[in-house]
Amino acid sequence: MKEQLNRIEGSAKKELSKISDPKRLEEFRVKFLGKKGELTQILKQMGKLSAEERPVIGQLANKVRSDIEAAVNRRREELKSAAEQMRLAAETLDVTMPGKMQKIGRSHPLDVTLEQVEEVFLGMGFDIVEGPEVETDHYCFEALNMPKHHPARDTQDTFYINENVLLRTQTSSVQIRTMEKMRPPIRIISPGRVYRSDAVDATHSPLFHQIEGLVIDKGITMADLKGTLELLMKRLYGEEARVRFRPHHFPYTEPSAEVDLMCFNCHGKGCSMCKQEGWVELLGSGMVHPKVLADCGIDPEVYSGFAFGIGLERITMGRYSINDMRLLYDNDMRFLEQF
Amino acid sequence: MDLSMRWLADYVDCDMPIKDFVSGVTLSGSKVECYGEEGDYLENVVVGQVREIVPHPNSDHMFITQVDVGEGEPVQIVTGAQNVKKDDFVPVAKHKSTVLHDGKPVKITKGKLRGEASNGMLCSLSELGLNVHDFPYAIEDGIFILGEDCDRTVGKDIREAIGFNDTTVEFEITSNRPDCMSVIGLARETAATFGKELKVKKPEFKGIDGDISSMLKVKIHNTDLCKRYIGAIVKNVKIGPSPRWMRERLRASGVRPINNFVDITNFVMLEYGRPMHAFDLRYVEGAEINVRNARAGETITTLDGVERALSEEMLVIADAKKPVAVAGVMGGEYSGIMDDTQTVVFESACFDGASVATTAKKLGMRTDASSRYDKGLDPHECYEAIMRACELVEELGAGEVVRDFVEENYQSEEPPKVVFDSAWINGFLGTDIPESEMVRILEKLEFTVKDGYVYAPWFRVDIGNKSDIAEEVARIYGYNEIPDTIIRGIARAQRTPKQKFELMLKKAAVAMGLNEIETFSFISPKYFDKIRLPEDSKLRNTVTIMNPLGEDTSVMRTTILPSVLEVIGRNYSYRNPECYVFELGNEYIPVTGEALPTEPARLGIGFYDTGDSVDFYTLKGMVEGIMRTAGVENAEYSRPDSSCTFDEVSALHPGRSAVVKAGGTEVGIFGELHPAVMENYGLECRTYVAKINVPELMEVAKLTRTYRPLPKFPATTRDLSVVCDESVPVAELEKVIRKAVGGILEKVNLLDVYRGEQIAEGKKSVSYSISMRSLECTLTDEQADKAMERVIRDLSELGAELR
Repeated sequence: MKEQLNRIEGSAKKELSKISDPKRLEEFRVKFLGKKGELTQILKQMGKLSAEERPVIGQLANKVRSDIEAAVNRRREELKSAAEQMRLAAETLDVTMPGKMQKIGRSHPLDVTLEQVEEVFLGMGFDIVEGPEVETDHYCFEALNMPKHHPARDTQDTFYINENVLLRTQTSSVQIRTMEKMRPPIRIISPGRVYRSDAVDATHSPLFHQIEGLVIDKGITMADLKGTLELLMKRLYGEEARVRFRPHHFPYTEPSAEVDLMCFNCHGKGCSMCKQEGWVELLGSGMVHPKVLADCGIDPEVYSGFAFGIGLERITMGRYSINDMRLLYDNDMRFLEQF
Repeated sequence: MDLSMRWLADYVDCDMPIKDFVSGVTLSGSKVECYGEEGDYLENVVVGQVREIVPHPNSDHMFITQVDVGEGEPVQIVTGAQNVKKDDFVPVAKHKSTVLHDGKPVKITKGKLRGEASNGMLCSLSELGLNVHDFPYAIEDGIFILGEDCDRTVGKDIREAIGFNDTTVEFEITSNRPDCMSVIGLARETAATFGKELKVKKPEFKGIDGDISSMLKVKIHNTDLCKRYIGAIVKNVKIGPSPRWMRERLRASGVRPINNFVDITNFVMLEYGRPMHAFDLRYVEGAEINVRNARAGETITTLDGVERALSEEMLVIADAKKPVAVAGVMGGEYSGIMDDTQTVVFESACFDGASVATTAKKLGMRTDASSRYDKGLDPHECYEAIMRACELVEELGAGEVVRDFVEENYQSEEPPKVVFDSAWINGFLGTDIPESEMVRILEKLEFTVKDGYVYAPWFRVDIGNKSDIAEEVARIYGYNEIPDTIIRGIARAQRTPKQKFELMLKKAAVAMGLNEIETFSFISPKYFDKIRLPEDSKLRNTVTIMNPLGEDTSVMRTTILPSVLEVIGRNYSYRNPECYVFELGNEYIPVTGEALPTEPARLGIGFYDTGDSVDFYTLKGMVEGIMRTAGVENAEYSRPDSSCTFDEVSALHPGRSAVVKAGGTEVGIFGELHPAVMENYGLECRTYVAKINVPELMEVAKLTRTYRPLPKFPATTRDLSVVCDESVPVAELEKVIRKAVGGILEKVNLLDVYRGEQIAEGKKSVSYSISMRSLECTLTDEQADKAMERVIRDLSELGAELR
């Protein structure tokens, strides 16, 4: 029996080394180790052995069994790993092939910029309010200290619906609507579309966007106006942005200021982008005119405030180096996909 | 306003570099647009004296000159000009110089002309960039022979020698500061900005005796529109060119010199900012001046030779019979100064700004005079201006001024005064400027600070309250010297629910692969035809612009769809292979009886894709996505019928369009574009559009979400295939299934719709996977089977039989 066992082990190992298929491996396992397998057959004959032989042969038989078992398991692992290797090799891809395009929608650059401006002001406690685009002469001009025939009206060529209704030329109209409805303290911005009868070219559009700002409270100063706008510019253009305030005239603010941003291209030296000025005009602002406050029922002796109007197109074009305003309204996919 | 720096220097030292001047005055409120030096294109052109001139041996119309250019030996130059004589002083463009030719700079180098060496060129006025108005004694088509008014030092740079080296600075003057549309006004600003002394002296003249009232009568018929009129008479006038210093100051200011009297009125207008006028007394019939409104049917031929019809609201200067000038705008051609004029009437008047503005606009002529008057000038300064004009007449020896003036309708008014409160100013500006500094600034600007008040000078028509004074202090102190502070106090802010909702919809649209667009709110009324809107559609009732740029932008849109379609069409014409866009924008809907329209927000969606298979259901998936975003769970979709509230249904394929209802309200319409509309937009591939009414959707939106516990018990799923008529919408089948299964229904999933083999013509096979679950227990097979029996029973009532 001892020889028998040794022979089985020998032939099993020999056969095993030839198996390269998991199915054959299973057949092999059954053949040797199964209930009707060769080893089991031999062990069945153990009863015939003497009491001395039995433990020796038993031990040997168990060893042969566990050896074959271990060898089968080893072989199974080998085959599995070889199969895995083959599969992985067969599945190798050209990773330089293009990916499957996912449709990615994008926000319009004007809206990206607007949302950012809104975030800055929300953070400073400014509410966002809206007002009508088709507006009365009263809110767009009269209440802003620009009666009919006021020379400042000349600079804002207006689209009229009828004698008293027009397309607002500035979001400042929302200032008046807000002051009529709210009592100080007031902190608002009002973004929206405005209209002027300018023909379309690289820097003009009959429709563009402004973001109006208004702050009214006790003790609001011109220094607050400067600090607020300086902060906005740094948030939008980075800490290195430099702004300057320049006296100007708006009928509804006094003092009035225009705010210039130092040209990014030449750092103030003067180049073709800034028309040799070194600065790019960005927005108009000022302290709310006492007459405008009084007309809205706010006592200018008690309250003061500031207002500003930012051209959204201008800051958007500056941020993305867009050199033609028409691109913003043409909505060419090749343009939109860049943002 | 173009400012001559040479002229400015007459009144204030401005010896700083021009760059510093420009940035200084810009930052104190007089914004410089640009600046430039006269004749800066000229290079290496000098004064020369002709020493010798002989005819050219090989030409019968050229001469050979030897010209002294201050370099020892004279240089030989060939010229074709016929007006040069020996000893004449001429401009010489030397070898390697630049002059103008046909208005463009050209290089001059030495060469040979018909075999004779020529080391440069003798120049005409036009080659220097000048004309005979600048040097009236010169001739148009010959060499410029320098007169006695030039520095005739040989070798001297020509620009210096003839005074063609001024610097002109162009200012953008704001409408509240007509006083700065003058040399003296800007000199005052310069003096205040740089802390310099202003050197303006009061004009004076000797004059001659004479009874002016017998020479000229003035009557103001409309005293509201003419607050003051001063007339002066100059006798024995000698019309001629004005001197070089006056001509060059006018030229640098962009005004063409004409003759001494015209030049004087222009000079005074530029210097004092006060328009003046000069009449020839011969043509003032009856020697009377009437300041009155024009009469119906009256006309005038203005100085520019155009006959203009006048209307009754216009103010004119008339003689006994006819208008001789449009007040504050332009004079008449026939009463202007001529070469043989003997007696001149000077007018210095104050006309109403709004009236001048309206008249100038109506006549379509904005002049230097009207652009000053229309900002509102004060009556006080008329006097200074006419005094200066008379002083100049004597200085130029141009005539004899009658010492007395005629004057009408002058009421001396108090100059505006404002309480002076330095603490308030500092509190308002957020500064700490000493009171003495404020006073110094105000006095530099010719304000007077006295007894707690600030008195504005006459010419400052813009001053009226404390903040005006604060501005004066701030701008000279320097806006950029004011500190930057953060607003004190805390404030809470957040987007309104509407703003949040709209932002959410926009983000959802972007997440679905749509690109945001921005389109004009005004459209062409023709666009309504392009989308096949019925003639009687309510959407054709628009807010219409009275003065549009063109028809394409003449009405405010009542539907957002054409705006989206324009973008789609444009992208298609650009041959972009795909275009997925959306806009969240307003429509403008007129409201009967209201002055203003409503402006509801709409979400417009549109796309085509030439490379990927898209269909109606791609679009519907997007609309469903929008509904899910809005938390609308039971949106209903149906084919639009005659009760559909969206007139845009006309733009859509009748078999491939749907309205979406949420909470019983129609909130949107969508579908494939009608083939005729595709053609109208030049589209050759199927295009899909949707419009969602944002406020209506928000009304039914469910934006607060509550967590539902995850199920504890397993679901049971049953598959089902039924055959039914093609015309039965799957939504009907689903409705029946939902009802039949009842409370244990979790989900109905449409697996497949099949037509073809084994299915009869006009029928379709629809397969569902129905999943059921109880929250309390594991469903038994029996419960599930019972539910399925009910489903099959109810479906058969719809004519759907188990397959």
